[in-house]
Amino acid sequence: MSLEILKPGLLTTVQDRGRYGYQREGIMVGGAMDTFALRVANLLVGNAQNQASLEITLAGPTIRFSQDHLIALTGADLSPTLDGEPLKQWRTLYVKEGSTLAFGEPKSGCRTYLAVSGGFAIPAVMGSYSTSLRAGIGGLEGRALKAGDRIPCTGITPTGIALLREPATTFSNGTYTYTNWTPDPQLYPNYHPNPTLRAIRGAEYELFSESSKALIWSERFQVSPQSDRMGYRLQGVTISLAEHSDLISSAVTFGTVQVPPEGQPIVLMADHQTTGGYPRIAQVISADLPILAQVVPGQTIDLVEVTLEEAQQLYVRQEQHIAQLERAIQLKNHL
Amino acid sequence: MKQEDMRLFQLYPLGDAAITVQFGDSIDSDTHNKVRIFSAYLDRHPFPGLVEQVPAFTTVTVYYDPWVVSEKGLYNPYARLTEQLQRMLQLARESRKKPKPRVVEIPVCYGGHFGPDLEYVARRNKLKPQEVIACHARSKYLVYMIGFAPGFPYMGGLSKKIATPRKDTPRPHIPAGSVGIGGNQTGIYPIETPGGWQLIGRTPLTLFDPNRAHPSLLQAGDQVRFVPISEEEFQQRKELEDES
Repeated sequence: MSLEILKPGLLTTVQDRGRYGYQREGIMVGGAMDTFALRVANLLVGNAQNQASLEITLAGPTIRFSQDHLIALTGADLSPTLDGEPLKQWRTLYVKEGSTLAFGEPKSGCRTYLAVSGGFAIPAVMGSYSTSLRAGIGGLEGRALKAGDRIPCTGITPTGIALLREPATTFSNGTYTYTNWTPDPQLYPNYHPNPTLRAIRGAEYELFSESSKALIWSERFQVSPQSDRMGYRLQGVTISLAEHSDLISSAVTFGTVQVPPEGQPIVLMADHQTTGGYPRIAQVISADLPILAQVVPGQTIDLVEVTLEEAQQLYVRQEQHIAQLERAIQLKNHL
Repeated sequence: MKQEDMRLFQLYPLGDAAITVQFGDSIDSDTHNKVRIFSAYLDRHPFPGLVEQVPAFTTVTVYYDPWVVSEKGLYNPYARLTEQLQRMLQLARESRKKPKPRVVEIPVCYGGHFGPDLEYVARRNKLKPQEVIACHARSKYLVYMIGFAPGFPYMGGLSKKIATPRKDTPRPHIPAGSVGIGGNQTGIYPIETPGGWQLIGRTPLTLFDPNRAHPSLLQAGDQVRFVPISEEEFQQRKELEDES
């Protein structure tokens, strides 16, 4: 049972929710950029939320299924097809042995997640399946997928089998079946091109000049082409400190907006280094990181200030939405 | 020995899922000791919702899950965790349990093709290469934190006599195990990376191994000594490392 990679796409890697517990040893967390989409993809195929899935970036791969599989695609719409027929996303899909998944034009977003019921039969490294390209560990041999790879799969989970009993529609030519049921899109983050993202003040906010403190909330920034899983470089007005200040390095996190001396902010993303010493003007809230993860280089972002209390309420609300979805799927298992 | 005063600390949020506890604003052993006492206390007393903690020069950052800490939305997670950490800081102060530092000996083959910048470091500091080696191996170093790359130690204790600025143009590939000097710091490159430090030698030890329980050979708080070895010893140690 395996996925056969015919074409690798631009950057396709195995990711779960990240490698926790080793940042103090200098090992980044990594994991899916859009953890909301990853978690929902896993739930839709009856997996635990943290199961390893494929993160597919902009130009998707071509993948042949060597067996019947239960899969789900969430996140960006990169025009997925199965044997040439358009596929529905955010659904449980039953695909037949020998069918081929391909992608076309990126329509919205940047990263699609492909979850397979049961996950992949690959070894975990330091408790995680995530691929860390920098350390060369995790995923498939610590690297991005390439043509000719075969990713072994473990097989459909009991919850996945229960999902198969849901009312479903078979596509006209019989290549695949999709469940009629789909999660309420109201529960998703507000995925949007050129989004406005909510952020709280960073630890060094007060060290910035008065004008920079105003500009960070009022100006629009473009995500530069030199952006990747490690960080998004923002282009726009120059942000500067009120006076020169040398900081002592300390821990940083996903969503930290730091400003190097040349004045163009960088938002740290999933593959950020564990520590940093640039002043931090803002911090994108956790609930909006999935939206940021789907921003394509060249698009813009705006930052709007919220309080820490609001940020944590939004965090809790997103967790409630996922817990609600998980319960709904568990109920199907018991019917 | 001076009693560490844990009362002097600051708490600030690092986003909505982490808190940083800051114990000082300079890199010194007093601040480091406070970091170490609190970090060790957290290790002994993990709590629900604690994801992980990262000790650094002057701070310990505590990553947490607001969903768990808030008990699924019943409480304000930041307020709740702040209270808890303040209690823990108090208890850590009373316990005054500072773990004994491990002393780790790092064998280094200095100079030659392992240390292409040894001559430059010597010339710049008006010393003979042998004097640079003796000076580097005489000091005891303190690992303040691990960061930048997997297993990369930030160490204090380099003698001013051999401090040397970084190279103007970083090398694109520095072999794993290279020992270098960058300004007034010394360090070891655990994995092959680009880098701008002056390379004075190489260790046969594996600093980062994902298959070990602790992938990083060095941990924050360790004391390090460099022990000069010959190229022959280097090869022998290297073979032993590669076998295990």
